[in-house]
Amino acid sequence: MFKILEPNKIFQITSKAPKYILFLFVVILTVGLTEALILSPEDYKQSDAVRIMYVHVPSAWISLGIFSSITFLSISGFIFKNKNFFLIAKSLAPSGFVFNIIALVTGAIWGKPTWGTWWAWDARITSMLILALFFAIYLIAWIIYEKEEKVFKITTFITVVGIINVPITKYSVDWWNTLHQPASINILTKSSIHSSMLFPLLLMTAAFALFSLLIFLMKYNTELIKIKNKGLDRL
Amino acid sequence: MINELLFMNGYAVYVMSAFGFTLLSFLGLYIITKLQFVKEQNKFVSKFGSLNPEKANSAKTQRINKEILADVTNN
Repeated sequence: MFKILEPNKIFQITSKAPKYILFLFVVILTVGLTEALILSPEDYKQSDAVRIMYVHVPSAWISLGIFSSITFLSISGFIFKNKNFFLIAKSLAPSGFVFNIIALVTGAIWGKPTWGTWWAWDARITSMLILALFFAIYLIAWIIYEKEEKVFKITTFITVVGIINVPITKYSVDWWNTLHQPASINILTKSSIHSSMLFPLLLMTAAFALFSLLIFLMKYNTELIKIKNKGLDRL
Repeated sequence: MINELLFMNGYAVYVMSAFGFTLLSFLGLYIITKLQFVKEQNKFVSKFGSLNPEKANSAKTQRINKEILADVTNN
């Protein structure tokens, strides 16, 4: 059923793709940075501090998306007994963790001029910190446990518990009265953000998504070569 | 315009440190991932080189091994 996902067939594509993705990433990031830092307007309330949104929001979105993907892949790996799903999940985790840290740090930097504090135990910030801990535990589990069966079980357990935190993070601004404002961008209803700010935000999101794809492919290729190295040892 | 970009109504220090931290994190993650990749690739090449001709020929029948070796040559 998943023959198309076999490492032998995938490597042919994944080994060549990074250079093209890197090029595309640099182009989109350059346009995105020009839009975010120069061309987009300042906010009537937050003034130029609003520009931090262009790195903070995409990072948060991507880290949440990656954790959800890791959970889906881990559960699928378990159901279909496919080792490659776990390998893909493992390769996604480092960029998810880094994007989570970027969201936390840039959020703290944005908080100082906007709220007057670097940190608050606000529901959204706290749940993002918890997500970072889940990413860290997930990555550590891959380092600590060497036996495949055990590491598959443990990492799946971590993601299944951690995924409970994802909807809490997403809806925390609606469920509780927090320092964060309610969501400005909605897929189903009309967004309250102006197109002059939405365009650079989407550009930066595209650039960040390409970067996480680039890191994923490099990491995935590394994992495949690691497996092949073990294979050569057995020859 | 350059003054506006450098000053940003007094928020430049916050904006630039947020963007700077993001780009440095990208660079760090890219370098670490690339180094890990090159390390494994070199390990593969040295292990492949130490195989006797019979085993090397048997290993070469696998498409992925050929791809890894080709990738090293291309880079």
